[in-house]
Amino acid sequence: MNPDHHSSLNPSSSLKSRFTKTFLRSLIKINKQRPFPYCPREIFQRCHRVKTAADKSLARAAGSRRVWSRAMLCKIRNRSLRRGCQQRPSVRRIIIGYQTTKKGYCLQKKMSDDQEVGTDQASKLRKLVPGGEAMDLCSLLDEAAHYIKCLNTQVQVMRRIADIHSS
Amino acid sequence: MSSRRSRSRQSSGVSRISDDQIIDLVSKLQQLIPELRNRGSDKVSASKVLQETCNYIRNLHREVDDLSDRLSQLLASTDSDSAQAAIIRSLLMD
Repeated sequence: MNPDHHSSLNPSSSLKSRFTKTFLRSLIKINKQRPFPYCPREIFQRCHRVKTAADKSLARAAGSRRVWSRAMLCKIRNRSLRRGCQQRPSVRRIIIGYQTTKKGYCLQKKMSDDQEVGTDQASKLRKLVPGGEAMDLCSLLDEAAHYIKCLNTQVQVMRRIADIHSS
Repeated sequence: MSSRRSRSRQSSGVSRISDDQIIDLVSKLQQLIPELRNRGSDKVSASKVLQETCNYIRNLHREVDDLSDRLSQLLASTDSDSAQAAIIRSLLMD
């Protein structure tokens, strides 16, 4: 019952508690909005809302110092904006364009120097890590490591919640 | 124009250091992936580490999707605040 004690011992446990609190709060909200979905479309919508809530809680718990968490929050925000008012797709395009031209030259240089790291795998990894398209290889590997740690926490917490609910 | 020149100077200076950085980062990634953690640290090539990283992230994404599917079904069946409180208490005690 003492999250401060946990956070001083081990930073990943405070990520876990931050994610848990935020995620549970969103789950309660989702449940209150439409407690009994009847048609398949509502069921699908609810599943999508749960997944979005999980990703959003994870990105928030990870903090804004990471590129991947910022990119994930941007993507979620843009998606809801587009769904809500059908505006501003151009803003997103401009931001991504700026990022790629800024890092574009460094990217090409590094690709030719690193023969041992395959560029195919690097581009696959770029697609999997949020915000990976505009990073250079070092940042990509660093962000991927942190992203994997956070994903593990997310899976762990969600599994516990599901187990507790189903017992 | 001058910014492009300075950028190329930067990247040629950085590329000498970044090889070691990349090796470090790749080994750090290797420690995180369960399949590669048990093998010897020098026997795994960087491209293999990247490949396994991609597979691992894809698996994690799939698990999150399955779990959110399961959670959304479970939410519909149980609807008590006391269950939520029990979850919060047990999870924060970890």
